[in-house]
Amino acid sequence: MTLFLYAIIGVILAPFAGVLVVGLDRILTAKFQSRIGPPLLQPLYDICKLWGKKPMIAHRFQPLCVYIYLAAAMVSVGMFFAQSDLLLIFFVQAVGAIFFVIGALLVPSPFSQAGGNRELIQILTYEPLIILVLAGIYLYTGSFKIDAIYALDKPLLINLPLLFIVFGYALTIKLKKSPFDISASHHAHQELVRGVLTEYSGKMLALIEMAHLYETILILGLCSLFWTTSIWGMALLLVITYLLEIIIDNICARMSFRWMLKSVWTTGIVLSAINLIWLYSGARI
Amino acid sequence: MLKKLIEKSQIKSPWIVHYDCGSCNGCDIETLACLTPLYDVERFGVLNIGNPKHADVLLVTGTVNHRNKKVLKNIYDQMSDPKLIIAIGACGLSGGIFKEAYNVVGGVDKVIPVDVYVPGCPAKPEAIIDGVVEGLAKLGELQQQNKTDAIAS
Repeated sequence: MTLFLYAIIGVILAPFAGVLVVGLDRILTAKFQSRIGPPLLQPLYDICKLWGKKPMIAHRFQPLCVYIYLAAAMVSVGMFFAQSDLLLIFFVQAVGAIFFVIGALLVPSPFSQAGGNRELIQILTYEPLIILVLAGIYLYTGSFKIDAIYALDKPLLINLPLLFIVFGYALTIKLKKSPFDISASHHAHQELVRGVLTEYSGKMLALIEMAHLYETILILGLCSLFWTTSIWGMALLLVITYLLEIIIDNICARMSFRWMLKSVWTTGIVLSAINLIWLYSGARI
Repeated sequence: MLKKLIEKSQIKSPWIVHYDCGSCNGCDIETLACLTPLYDVERFGVLNIGNPKHADVLLVTGTVNHRNKKVLKNIYDQMSDPKLIIAIGACGLSGGIFKEAYNVVGGVDKVIPVDVYVPGCPAKPEAIIDGVVEGLAKLGELQQQNKTDAIAS
């Protein structure tokens, strides 16, 4: 029952935390570019404004896809706070991601088609890596449950350092940050307009932004699992990881999907293989 | 309360799409200069979004001719309400020095309704930011008017 309560509280508070995280992200990005940047609550204003726009729906099944995407993001955040099964959280999140792409592919606009295809390739790139990370967690704790990780007396990071780097790759792709902002360009608007987001507008886009906030929180939550033994360690890990994300976002140009597939799969699979062999051999620090 | 928040947000988060109707690029450079660290319009929540379906403000530069008037109308139709149209530069306002040319229709307002006119050849970035602020003030007035209309009815 308490776990259910945690889930409800998590689902209610996650978008607000997400607004703060994304707002801070935008301010820091502006500072790195020697600009002043928007107010902290800018993502909230953006979402509310989009909610107030007159609806223009490009395909009648698009709203359904958006609702499923948002619902999947909310359910996965709720399951995370209820300390459920990591694999289950991952699969629920994956269903949402696929519906997001289906919504974009429904419309025959070339930008949305190209963006949708690229988003599929991005999903193809990060999902196996996340599965490998989860496999590593399973090898170490003997369970896919989150409460098994909380029962540890040493941070997960000590024995899974390489898998954490792999997770960082997946995180950057999932957050659509440079150099992996291939499907929906956040800054460059030339060749792709807004990619997978092009045909979503008004309320639909507001709901997608909401789902992004939930996903940001979910990803940071999964990241926090690598240091569960102390609250300060967890906070430090989250701050450093997200700061690195922002810095990488600012110093990288966006790359092609071939480069992404090659570099992420080679480094990701090699690093996780080393770490998995280490864990499988039974050696522990 | 949600309505109030939405109205406030409409003022605080204008996303921009910029269309060049065959300008000499002078006004376009000045428009994009607004996004640079010197002027930094993201302070006001302005983003150059590049997609008419997401945008709230349409910045048009240059003379409208018979070729691109359809494109301009198309972009205008793809934007959902509430939307602001801002014409920039002498050419966007009236056709400028190309007004008498055989292929020129004239200013932007010959094709779509324009809310704010920003004069200049080229218009200064300060003037363009001022134009956007003016447009947002107009939007605020419109919101007030809608409210009083609702109360009256």
